[in-house]
Amino acid sequence: MSVAGCAIDVQALTKRYNGKTVVDKVSIRVPRGKIYGFLGPNGSGKTTTIRMLCGLITPDFGKGTCLGFDVRTESEKIRRRTGYMTQKFSYWEDLSIEENLKFVADMFGLDNPDERVEETLKRLNLASRRNQLAGKLSGGWKQRLALAACIMHDPELLLLDEPTAGVDPQARREFWDHIHALAAKGLTVLVSTHYMDEAERCHAIIYIAYGRIVTSGTAEEVIAHAGLTTWTVEGRDLSEVRNELQSNPAVSTSALFGNTLHVSGPDAESLRKAMRTYCGKPGYICAEAPTSLEDAFIHFMSRIKEE
Amino acid sequence: MQLASGSLRRIWAVMVKELKQLRRDRGTFSMMIVIPIVQLLLFGYAIDTDPKNMPTAILSQDNSVFSRSLAAGLKNSEYFVIEREAASEEEARLLLQQGKVQFVVTIPQNFGRDVIRGDRPALLIEADATDPTASAGALSALNGIVTQIVREDFRGVLADLKGKPDPFQIQIHRLYNPEGFSRYNIVPGLMGIVLTMTGVMMTAMALTRERERGTMENLLSMPVKPIEVMAGKIIPYVAIGYIQAAIIVIAAKFLFDVPIIGSLFLLSAVLIVFIICNLALGFTMSSAAQNQMQAMQISMAILLPSILLSGYMFPFRGMPVWAQIIGNMLPVTYFMRIVRSILLKGGDFIEIGPHLWPMFIFMALITALAMKLYRKTLD
Repeated sequence: MSVAGCAIDVQALTKRYNGKTVVDKVSIRVPRGKIYGFLGPNGSGKTTTIRMLCGLITPDFGKGTCLGFDVRTESEKIRRRTGYMTQKFSYWEDLSIEENLKFVADMFGLDNPDERVEETLKRLNLASRRNQLAGKLSGGWKQRLALAACIMHDPELLLLDEPTAGVDPQARREFWDHIHALAAKGLTVLVSTHYMDEAERCHAIIYIAYGRIVTSGTAEEVIAHAGLTTWTVEGRDLSEVRNELQSNPAVSTSALFGNTLHVSGPDAESLRKAMRTYCGKPGYICAEAPTSLEDAFIHFMSRIKEE
Repeated sequence: MQLASGSLRRIWAVMVKELKQLRRDRGTFSMMIVIPIVQLLLFGYAIDTDPKNMPTAILSQDNSVFSRSLAAGLKNSEYFVIEREAASEEEARLLLQQGKVQFVVTIPQNFGRDVIRGDRPALLIEADATDPTASAGALSALNGIVTQIVREDFRGVLADLKGKPDPFQIQIHRLYNPEGFSRYNIVPGLMGIVLTMTGVMMTAMALTRERERGTMENLLSMPVKPIEVMAGKIIPYVAIGYIQAAIIVIAAKFLFDVPIIGSLFLLSAVLIVFIICNLALGFTMSSAAQNQMQAMQISMAILLPSILLSGYMFPFRGMPVWAQIIGNMLPVTYFMRIVRSILLKGGDFIEIGPHLWPMFIFMALITALAMKLYRKTLD
């Protein structure tokens, strides 16, 4: 058995495809009832890791448990207790919402399947379109159907692979409300995302790049771990200012947000020196600002690229 | 017990899903019904070929010099290979029934004596005419063979017989298909081709579609066993295979007047083995295909030898050895022989036996392979 209270507890999971290491010694520990965000650039190994967690693919190396079951040998037990939402919509487009749910209920061998389907339709406000073919639904509805289907069997663990990609802000917010409600009932969630606001909604974050875990912890811890100082600049021709600053070795990342330029660097003193050039100029306002999660991530990524 | 019922429920659910998807995919569905009818009409024509070295059994009730020279003459014609000596009429007939020989030559009692007397006795040649193109060439060469035997063997006293009408007559019995209708042969063959075509292609496509649309990943993440998915996906197509076979049998009977002599019940029993062979083959093919287009192309690669090398397009015995070897590895080759045997010859279980067990072996091997490959789908 794994450490009590850990829904996911895996060590050094490794997967290679054609000699390329896609996931490299990834260790993850997620306590029960928590929502963990799984972040990282495209192709960093998030999907492969999630697939290994639910036993869809077998790791080449490494071991561990999900919900106390071995990921190598007890994947069927894991799957029975886990809801997995794939990155691409993966329900049957030529079946209706109701038919899809009924199929899932049968696959999981649920008792009173018709009642369970009804209940789920109501819970996620899907009842009004129950007879519509899944393929004809818009992104937000598809996402709700997918969530409905993967929580219908009352899983203990939810693995969500970029569930909100391409979904409008309101639907995203509703989606996250559902996730938090589920977590409050004790469900554990590992959710991969590219959205910073979603990362901040998680209890903790795991950041992965090139198949390796770069950092993990709460949003504050991750930001602190980056060790960046950040300044904002307001004024004219910020694009040019950015280009100039970007060539300064003290600056590691910079980004434009409307009329504000964010500049971050690892060394507070040398960044202050770099900023001084602009701060004195008329028409420019400079100020020290808190580092954002995004600044931290971009910093991590560029640092890894240099390595 | 609960395990078994859960399993049945999952198989049932996959089946229902498959049928619903099929019903909503009008193109595919109508294709499966229309294909057999269109093919039936198109392939009403046969290609004439002239196969040689046909296995022949000789039933000699007369041990004279003529019998021996007759056998030699048949052999020299290159059309006939005397493979067996039948001891009785029953044995000779069984050899024909089982398809072990194409011809039985019966030399009647006192043949030699009657020839010398000038009684012009009859030599009986029975041909398995289910595939008329296979035996036509050999039968038409018979007269030449007789003339040659007369010229070479009738010397001395017998030389008197030369120049007169042939010293003996030849009676040809075309068994199973007396008028030599090629459609008699085409129709059972078509059943094999249509079932291969739709069976392999439909399952291959149905499975690749799951992969292409990403639903396969979902299916794999559910607690359902590969065998359950396979069973649920295969059963609807088995039913469709039976519908297709029924269309062909009905068309054969009422459109083409093909006599149906044997047991349809036996045919139905064999049908399931053959259909599963094809569906499992489609399953296996699908694991090599990334999208439906590729699945189609790979199915074609199976279909082509099935049409060309199974004895459907060209008489099996007229094909070179390498082609026969390939043909012998295809289940459709055996199925065609079985259907021919049952429908046209009234073959029973014993008679189709030699063609049935290779199909069973094929089914077992390909099903095991299909399941092994399915498991590795994502890895």
